Parts: sequence; C-alpha cells; structure tokens
Amino acid sequence: MNENKLKELKRGSAAIRMETLRMMRKKGYGHLGGAMSIVELLSVLYNEVLRYDPQNPSWDGRDYVVLSKGHSGPALYAALALHGFFDTEWLGTLNDGGTRLPSHPDRLKTPGVDATTGSLGQGTSVAAGLGMALRIEEKDQKVYLIVGDGELNEGQCWEAFQFLAHHKLHEVIVIIDHNKRQLDGKLTEIMNPFDLNKKMESFGFHVISADGQKEESIYDALQQAGGVKDSAVCILLETEKAQGVPYYVDREDNHAPKFDEAANRELDALIEELRMQVEDGGK
Amino acid sequence: MWKLTEQKGEQEMRKVFVQTLDKLMNENEKVIALEADLGGASGFSKLGKSHPKQFINVGIAEANMIGIAAGLSMRGLTPFLHTFAPFAVRRACDQIFLEGAYAGNTLNIYGSDPGVCAATNGGTHTTFEDLAVMRAIPEVEIYDPADGVQLEWLIGEMIGRKGVHYIRTTRKQMPDIYQEGSVFEIGKANVLREGADVLLIAAGLGLKPALDAAEVLQEKGIDAAVVDMFTIAPLDADTIRSQMSGKKLVVTVENHNITNGLGGAIAEIMAEDASGIPLRRVGIKHEFGQVGSLDYLKKYYGLTDQNIVDTVIKSL
Ligand SMILES: Cc1ncc(C[n+]2csc(CCOP(=O)(O)OP(=O)(O)O)c2C)c(N)n1
Ligand SMILES: [Mg+2]
Repeated sequence: MNENKLKELKRGSAAIRMETLRMMRKKGYGHLGGAMSIVELLSVLYNEVLRYDPQNPSWDGRDYVVLSKGHSGPALYAALALHGFFDTEWLGTLNDGGTRLPSHPDRLKTPGVDATTGSLGQGTSVAAGLGMALRIEEKDQKVYLIVGDGELNEGQCWEAFQFLAHHKLHEVIVIIDHNKRQLDGKLTEIMNPFDLNKKMESFGFHVISADGQKEESIYDALQQAGGVKDSAVCILLETEKAQGVPYYVDREDNHAPKFDEAANRELDALIEELRMQVEDGGK
Repeated sequence: MWKLTEQKGEQEMRKVFVQTLDKLMNENEKVIALEADLGGASGFSKLGKSHPKQFINVGIAEANMIGIAAGLSMRGLTPFLHTFAPFAVRRACDQIFLEGAYAGNTLNIYGSDPGVCAATNGGTHTTFEDLAVMRAIPEVEIYDPADGVQLEWLIGEMIGRKGVHYIRTTRKQMPDIYQEGSVFEIGKANVLREGADVLLIAAGLGLKPALDAAEVLQEKGIDAAVVDMFTIAPLDADTIRSQMSGKKLVVTVENHNITNGLGGAIAEIMAEDASGIPLRRVGIKHEFGQVGSLDYLKKYYGLTDQNIVDTVIKSL
C-alpha cells in the first residue's frame, strides 16, 4: 500500500473514531468498546473496499455490510455519514425519540444500513441468506459480515458458519472482531473460545489473520479474502476492546460505560486530538 | 396483608432482585442464579462474587441457558435466570415451552426491561408481545410486579414452587406503592382503591399512572376503582367479576400490546360473561418499539396518567 493511501485510511479512522466518540459523549454513555474495535475496519471498508453509492443506498449492485454485533451501530453511522449517506448533523440525534439512528442498526430507518441487528447471532444467518442469493443470481458482489467474539457464544453463529462452509459460500466474508472481551468480562473467563483460528479452520473456513488496529493489515486481509473462491472465508481480526481510547482500553467497564467527569475530560481531549489529525490529513 | 405506603420513594428493581437472591442463596444452597452475559446490566455478577458455587454465566446463549436451568431443576435445584425480556421470551421460546413448561421443569425467569423499559436499547430489544407468548403456554405463571416490595415478596414465594414462572420487570427504578413487609397472594388481584363508576385494571409500569389517574378523576367527580393485577396468569377472574359488576366502564392499562396481554385477558372474561360493560385498553396499539427515553416512549405510546384520564372521560 502506498503511503498516501495509508495516510488517507488513517485519517478516515480518526474521523470515524472522532464522530463516534462525539455521539456517545453527547449522550453521556454508549457501547464504546465494541464500536472502537471496528473503527479501522470500517475505514478500510468504506474508503477502499466496498462498492456503494451513497446517492442510491439501495443500489442493486452494492456490496453488503451486515453488522451482526449491532450494538456497535454508532461506529457504522459515523462511517455512513462521513461517506455521504446522510448529513453528519444526524449523528447528534443518536437514540433520541424519533431519531433515524437507533442504538442498534435498522435497515428501515437509516440509509446505508443493510441489515437490522441487535439480537446477537441473528446477523450471521441473514448474511448467509444474502450470500446465497448472490450465488443464485451469479453476482460477484460480496457480503461483509462483522461478528463479535462474544457473539460467537450464540449457537446460531455456528449454524450459519456450517451453512457457509458447506456451500463454500465465499460471497460472504466473515470478519470476527476478536477483541477478547464480551459484556461481563474476558472471553476466557466468561466462555472460553479456545483457539478461534483452529476452530474456524476445522469448521471448513479459509482463515486469514489480521491486525485490526492496522489499516494496511486489514486491507491486505480483505484483498486476500476477496480472492478465495473454493471455500468459505473468514478474517480473524485481532483487535483490542476500546482501541484508540487509552483511558478505556484496560477498564472492566469498557463495554458500555456511563461517562463520569474524568471520562468526559479524557474524551474531550481525545476528540480534540482526533480533530487535529483529521485536519492535518492523518499522522 | 399488604398496605399502601405513604412514602414517595422508589427502588431499583434489579437491586431488589439481586439483594433478595443473595439472601435466599445464603439460606439455601439449592438456589442457583444464571446469567447470559448481562451480569453487569442486571447486577447478577455480584452474586457470582458472593456465591461463586451458586452462579453460572452461560455466555451469550439464552436458549442454552433455559435448557441448562431445566436440567438443574431436574436435580431439585432452584434456578433463577436473567436476560432481557426479548431474549428470554422470543429467542428461547421453544426451550421455555418444551424443556420448561411441557417437560414439567422449573424455571424462574427474570425477563428485564419489558415493553417501553427497553428505552434507548430500541425496537430490537422491545417486547410488546411477551405476555401474549407466555400466556398461551399452559401452566406458565406470569408476574408483572409494580414495586420493590412486591418484587421481593414474589421472589421469596418462588422457593419450593414448581413450574415456569416469568417475572417481567424493569431493571431500573419503580415508585414505591406498598408498605415494607406487605404480603400478597399469588393469583389474587389487589383492590387498591374502591370506586363506583369505573374500574381501572393495571399491573407493573401501568399501576402508578392508574392510581394517579384515579386521583385526577376523583376531582372531576368520577369514582374509579383500581386493581393491581400483578399475577397475569393465572388470572384472578373472581376479583374482576366482583369488581366490574355495576361499573360503567372497565379500562385496562398495560406496558404491552393491547392484544393478548392484560387487556386481552380481561376482554376474554368480559365477553364470556356477556358483561355488556364497555372495555377500553390503554397500551400499545399494534406498533413496534423504538429508541427514546422512558418518558418519551410512555408519551408516544400513550401510557401516562393523562392518557388514562382522557380515555375514561371520552368513553363515559
Ligand atoms: C441475543 C442477545 N443477547 C444479549 C445481548 C446483550 N449484549 C449486547 S452486546 C453484548 C456483548 C457482546 O460481546 P461481543 O460480541 O464480544 O461484542 P464486542 O466485544 O465487540 O462489543 C451482549 C451480551 C444482545 N444484544 N443480544
Ligand atoms: Mg468482543
């Protein structure tokens, strides 16, 4: 990847992170951890990978994004607004009565949202169905399925994965946000996932590992995944919950904190820092 | 016996749940609490700290949790499980039906944040149909407690009680209605207020607005009785029958779709009795949920005391 492109992607990440934090800061709470761990992924997807038309969000030829870990909706909204699907003004209305940006994505409310999610696990099967439709129609479009590592506790995920593997449904690119934490704590303490790489491989997937904090690594993984044609494919994205927000990275409450004054100060400083990065064109 | 309180306090329902369970777990090692990765949201994680041997977090796997609880109960353990109401009733419906009710096992389910209490979690997390679903399953008991006192008593009653018991209540604050130490009877409605003209039947989140509406109606010269139907199944038809006789109007209030919930249940009794008394159902009128503050949603869906007053005045 050339340097300018990387700079653009980093700037894109800074902008998504900034807008997402602003939304949550305004509300005083939010599903921060899991939103932060997909920021770099969303930047790469919306800047470099996806085919879409913000003027025509339901364009038939688009690639699909299924955010199965629906509680990370705010990060998706930030990406959609920054890429022209709707005015960034909307972002301030998150969770307000009558808003078009509910905490969990709703395909009937928000331009650019392809799937309604929020009940963990369900997006995986919807993505499988979308992928199957593309297969039947012989289209070369893709479905990018973003699933949480805690979400993988749900049996439905494995029913969907079994289906994808059985049908070698490479139209669906499964992306696991492996941030090692779920709501109540570390995966290893709540429900041990063991070796996810081996698990997915033994399920029949072509598994690609990537560093979810590095845009170039994500980009390479997505390129590679797009080339897989003989099996189901999965990107195991190694991330950190609340990445990019040092104050929250190691905190037990980083899933959905309510912000106290100390948190507000930290967030304000970080938002300002990100704003400068966005204006300087990334660092 | 129960008594109404004079105090204008409130209690956080999840705190009551956790404190009561904590006490019961101290006394009885067969009481087991189960969570599906919402222990931070329910406060159940605290039970894991105080009673590590009596707490199980199954991860994000609600259907699995129901089955596990059923299995525990087959060995005589008493499982109390929490998840958000939609993930219990909708997501794990078949497990509740079959391995719970049909198989004769015991489940004490805390389905939290029913109806508009889902607030900023939005439409995906909103259950306006949990009563409808659970009411259609034979032998399932459904409770919609109105305050912390009633909830504490109710949890205690579950010890040694076999079967599927569904307790739907918010995690957050509910205003105090009953005096500390009040005792109730399962399946018996509480007549909180006698009145000659109108019968208001409510439960849970609907009870306080019903009481407030009765006050307002009094000022307008309308005499309203108020009944707390905290046991929604089995329904106390006797109290309904005796209370509705001679009334000009019956109004139900529920944080639920008006179909197949409390209003639906009352409608069935009134129709079978050919009571001839008009019925109005205050509740959600076949709409989906959405995000918003609790206040916004109560107004949007018409669950306030004002809505009850307006309904009564329009219908008399
Ligand atoms: C079916 C279902 N059960 C429970 C929840 C509540 N919940 C929301 S997020 C979450 C934890 C998710 O963990 P993970 O998938 O690892 O997400 P991330 O770490 O990326 O935030 C839980 C339990 C839900 N939304 N859906
Ligand atoms: Mg996680």
